[in-house]
Amino acid sequence: MEKERFYKQPDDQELLDIIAPFAVEGRPGLLPALHAAQEVYGWISESVAEAIGRALQVPLADVFGVIDFYTMLYSKPVGRTIVRVCADPSCSIAGAKEVLDSACEYLGVKPDETTEDGEWTIESTTCLGLCDHAPAALVGDSALASLDPDGVEQWLGLDAKRPTSVIDGDIRVLTRDCGGINPISLEVYRSRGGYLALLKACEEGAPGDVIKEVKDSGLVGRGGAAFPTGYKWESASGAVGQPKYVVCNADESEPGTFKDRVLMEDNPHQVLEGMLLAGYAIEAQKGYFYVRGEYSKAVEIISKAIDEARCAGFIGSNICGIGWDFDIEVRVGAGAYICGEETALFESIEGKRGFPRIKPPFPTTHGLFNKPTVVNNVETLCNIPMIIREGADQFRSYGTDKSPGPKLFCLSGDVMRPGLYEVPFGVTLRHMIEDLAGGVKGGALQAILVGGAAGAFATSEDLDVPLTFEDLRDANLPLGSGVLMVFNETRQIQKILSELAYFFAHESCGKCYPCQLGTQRQYEILDRVVRGTVKSGDKKRLLDVGWTMTDASLCGLGQTAATAVISAMDKWPDLIEE
Amino acid sequence: MGNDITLTIDGERVSVPEGTTLLEAAGKCGANVPTICYHEHCTSYGLCRLCVVEVEGQRVLAAACVAIAQSDMMISTASERVMRARKTILEMLDSAIDLSESPEIEDQLNAYGAEKERFPEGWKRDCEVIDDNPMFIRDYSQCILCWRCVQVCAEDAQYSYAINFSGRGHETSISTFYDQDLTSSSCVFCGQCVGVCPTGALKPKREWLLETGYAQHEIIELTQSKRRKKKRRQERPYQTG
Repeated sequence: MEKERFYKQPDDQELLDIIAPFAVEGRPGLLPALHAAQEVYGWISESVAEAIGRALQVPLADVFGVIDFYTMLYSKPVGRTIVRVCADPSCSIAGAKEVLDSACEYLGVKPDETTEDGEWTIESTTCLGLCDHAPAALVGDSALASLDPDGVEQWLGLDAKRPTSVIDGDIRVLTRDCGGINPISLEVYRSRGGYLALLKACEEGAPGDVIKEVKDSGLVGRGGAAFPTGYKWESASGAVGQPKYVVCNADESEPGTFKDRVLMEDNPHQVLEGMLLAGYAIEAQKGYFYVRGEYSKAVEIISKAIDEARCAGFIGSNICGIGWDFDIEVRVGAGAYICGEETALFESIEGKRGFPRIKPPFPTTHGLFNKPTVVNNVETLCNIPMIIREGADQFRSYGTDKSPGPKLFCLSGDVMRPGLYEVPFGVTLRHMIEDLAGGVKGGALQAILVGGAAGAFATSEDLDVPLTFEDLRDANLPLGSGVLMVFNETRQIQKILSELAYFFAHESCGKCYPCQLGTQRQYEILDRVVRGTVKSGDKKRLLDVGWTMTDASLCGLGQTAATAVISAMDKWPDLIEE
Repeated sequence: MGNDITLTIDGERVSVPEGTTLLEAAGKCGANVPTICYHEHCTSYGLCRLCVVEVEGQRVLAAACVAIAQSDMMISTASERVMRARKTILEMLDSAIDLSESPEIEDQLNAYGAEKERFPEGWKRDCEVIDDNPMFIRDYSQCILCWRCVQVCAEDAQYSYAINFSGRGHETSISTFYDQDLTSSSCVFCGQCVGVCPTGALKPKREWLLETGYAQHEIIELTQSKRRKKKRRQERPYQTG
């Protein structure tokens, strides 16, 4: 009850007024209602949670289960401003620990504690998607870049560098209009050919033609799983069940990944147009845009763009005058990497804990609210307007036959110019690092983590591997979400592995045993490796845990939680000395 | 009804009705597929993954309790990958949870050659026994998170919704609303959760008091003094209609 001194006591009528808009939705209104209440009261007390549960008719134990699942929802009092310092590898090697320590010292608290005056709570968090601005933190809703441990007073007062997109590359297709100071408005977007694809589809093509064009383009999902987009749409289009849904997965949280944040913040209408085309193709009436809770700037920009597009008649009723209705609702996550897993994301929208579902059945037949659903990543959807506007052949003029199209890569870590780089599939790792990102910083190249936390390590031997699905597969490297995290020779790979392992232990949902137990055991062993207290048999333990998670976990999180560790042990057999 | 489909389990051809799970199919041909969380009267969620089997052509192992048999599947119920996964899952379970009152799981540890204490210094989910009602106690240091209690408390049986989860990952636990006492929750003390609990995590209070060393008459006093249902009924006869 400490905090209630600083936040006003919930007044019954005021609380009911806050909850009322969500009550009609029932359980799917739970996460938005919890966000709204926390916005006013700072945290969610028992009485507030009870009022929400009663109004939305959600069992109280379930309400608490949801609150306690998400790290950005608080069932105990916290400070007025929450400081979240990223602890994942890109920020860590840039000095995140020093930033965290000096902020803690300045405020006189330890991580996860609140200052006595109730003003500040400080947390060490998993990746904030600001890897190109390491070390980074969120102070309240504000993202701050390149923090200095010696300037705590300044940056706590928001006197710090703000992240501005660093975008470059051999081509600028998806990022053509990205990189400006302000997001592209509807007017500017339209002046550059925006919404022409939607108009074209609505005027000329049947929904089936849109699907055919996307299939012909050979576009595959850019979120990590690389499933052919056109086939996904075709399956949902043919599935029995109404209504159908389109979900944009903007829960980007894979350490090292920030491409979707840039695409949303710089050119919000591009992804919205892609989503509208998906909706048109499968004849859906409703779309959900699910953005991770840490991306408050993207939420604001996307929400504003939706309003603009609605005013212009591109979203809402009778779109383009063809009698088709389609609305898009923004949903905000609350700190859970697992909600980027598509079925966990559905559960989250439905007002539940983000537990992944058993597959099959697949989302295209049994997705959101158990209805046929297309769920696509932000970058995937950003490709769609260009494919429809300029045709599959134009799309295929980029990249290789088996990996067509433009691709975004997130470069971070020890490179001279961290940032977002757009290239056609097929350029080499060497080109990305040496030519585009300006080479390795602070020493010779030791390793590149390719694909993300769930990725694998490449070394200088792999520099001439072309970045395509087929070549990477042959080199045993996953493309994942397009992460290239570079480490120079001074970095301790064991420490990086232990940080990745901590990430998975922190983000495991706890549903299936291999991941719930294995991510923790994996972290404990790697922590021993870093501390130099390795036990006899730890190598074998690590491999048994790793392969058990890989083989037996329920979802993609557990199945890839050991990929980087196994790849490192394979690459450097002496990494762990017993 | 549906047609039969034929698949191969450990080299043996088996015909089963469409919609049969691999677990049921394996049972039909006598293959031993172990389970922990599975309960025939509860919805299967494929949690423990002890029932994993290898399906030829599939990248990962399949949880037999939820995977549906398909025509011409080639199943191996005891491949090297399967055995490594089962052994490691059991070892990890042993490292996190007090299994001393779970003889069936201990048997499985032995059956799969799992080493006790395989993971030294592993974080154990130790916690205090919760004794907040006269009917049963909750000892979550013995809880294996099979979800059965949550399921029977909800749609699988009672629709009481008194319990759900707190935390996530390794820190997941079964919990009431804000960890309130069960007596303040929507629990109706039907006892179904105690009935389906496969470990000593949920236990009738009398049994627990007996084990703790209380004498018979003390136990009766401790558990019956608060059981006033009969008296309440006399005070307030049932209203009908």
